[in-house]
Amino acid sequence: MSALTILQAGPAMTVQDLGRPGYRALGLTHGGAADPIALHEGAALLNQDPGCAALEMAGSGGQFSADSDTRIALAGAQMQVSIDGEPVAWDASHLLPAGATLTIGGARDGAYGYLHVGGGIDIEPVMGSRSSHLAAGIGQPLASGDSLPISKDSGGETSQTLPRDSRFGAERVRIVASMQTEAFDEETRTRFTNTTFRRDARANRMGARMDHDGDGFATGGQLTIVSEVITPGDIQITGDGAPFVLMCECQTTGGYPRIGTVIPCDLPIVAQAQPGAALRFEFIDLDEALAAETRHRDALAALPKQRQPLLRDPARIRDLLAYQLISGVVSATADPFEEDKT
Amino acid sequence: MTDWPRIRSVGLSGLLITFAEKMSEPANRAALAFRAAVEAQDWPEVTETSTSLVSTFVQFEVSQDAIAKMTDRLRALLQTRDWFAEALPAGRSLWHVPTVYGTDLAPQLEEAAEAAGLDPDAAIAELSQSRVRVLTIGFAPGQPYMGELAEHWDIPRQQGLTKSVPPGALVVAIRQLIIFTNASPTGWRHIGQTAFRTFRPGSEMPFPLSPGDELIFPSITRQEFERIADDPTGGAEQEALT
Repeated sequence: MSALTILQAGPAMTVQDLGRPGYRALGLTHGGAADPIALHEGAALLNQDPGCAALEMAGSGGQFSADSDTRIALAGAQMQVSIDGEPVAWDASHLLPAGATLTIGGARDGAYGYLHVGGGIDIEPVMGSRSSHLAAGIGQPLASGDSLPISKDSGGETSQTLPRDSRFGAERVRIVASMQTEAFDEETRTRFTNTTFRRDARANRMGARMDHDGDGFATGGQLTIVSEVITPGDIQITGDGAPFVLMCECQTTGGYPRIGTVIPCDLPIVAQAQPGAALRFEFIDLDEALAAETRHRDALAALPKQRQPLLRDPARIRDLLAYQLISGVVSATADPFEEDKT
Repeated sequence: MTDWPRIRSVGLSGLLITFAEKMSEPANRAALAFRAAVEAQDWPEVTETSTSLVSTFVQFEVSQDAIAKMTDRLRALLQTRDWFAEALPAGRSLWHVPTVYGTDLAPQLEEAAEAAGLDPDAAIAELSQSRVRVLTIGFAPGQPYMGELAEHWDIPRQQGLTKSVPPGALVVAIRQLIIFTNASPTGWRHIGQTAFRTFRPGSEMPFPLSPGDELIFPSITRQEFERIADDPTGGAEQEALT
């Protein structure tokens, strides 16, 4: 079996797939990739199942090599990346030759980058998923020297690319009312949607705190609310009045009131927001939210059709001078039809 | 029963049926019994159910129609009986979980006993014979919130947090006990230490406890604890409740 070796691990790298549903009643949230869209993108680039496990890299990547020629795809937050020192494109698939060094640097426009391999990472599933869920004690952060088995790749093209998605740097996040929305008076809800928040530096797979200037967003009966079910995307208002968007690895229940919940297809916008990034929350009604979810599902299903051959950027071709670039050059003064006359 | 139970929608995830505004034994029992009844209906739309302290959550693929239809069904099911008088669901277990009270392993027993108005020996005698129910599971996988203890155990959480209690720690506040799944900071007082692992990923029984299970925490010595410390079952015995 082929393996991907981590020569140098970034600070927060884990194996992630689409998560582990079905255990909420027993205290375990769904988990899975912080940005599941990136799993679909990587799978589309490699023409494989979006359920394949990939490497999630929070903030920055690391150095990797594979012991056999391996198809890879890069998705999610754009990171500097090179193979044996030669820069390659993000949002693209590549062939990583056996023994070559893949170097992935810091994230430039988001929070989570993803390294996919053809066939998927094949660590032993725990309760039906390969996702690490560090808050729960499943899996662990990957470390330098770790070697990850790769499933057999059914093969396919590389040097494919997808257009950059609009979720990076987006500000508008759509939310719907949830069970405690009514506990906040109308003035508070209006002020909430009129506020531009900044993603706090303290954010992780469990949740992201939102900063703003001005008063907090308390309910009348804040302290008396009994602990209730949490779903990812819920925006809880903590004791100091600051909103906290609960992410994929959140707790299953909680006692802070929720002002609303981010619709699932917009949660990756929050996940990928960089520290300090501006975010605004906008209530939409149920029908609009369901329509948005349907469009999102259709867009994910259509990702493979968006795949295009990668055009190399001449500025990034290191051995540019070795290419024959001047054949077919014409003289500006010559009569182009003269040749034909002879 | 004017306002309760209430049915509310939970974002795009499903519906929540809440039996009371505050934690109470009958409301918790109602939530557990109602969840079991929903499960027994075997409605194909329902993808997942769970309970919190006083609520049952029903997850399904929502749409305006699906919400209307599910609300009608849930109302009809609610009207079939008095859920506050309903018995607990079948298939539950009674667990005996050996526990060291106090010592350096659980340094806040004296403090908690004092808050409850008891001397430490009386507190141990009472706690080691109290039978509590898993009211809900949450915060961490498999982590039980158990109760309710006698009223004098209605002691507040500490102002400051304990930096970290280890897995298996038995802690108390507000008439409830918790066994911690993972090392964690907490405002609850650390009164006992068990070797019981509430989450065992990769094992045949990753979540030994279910909501509605009952537990007793018999007192053992430090020496006895050392013998079971590395056993993930923590020397616990399980018997079926009928």
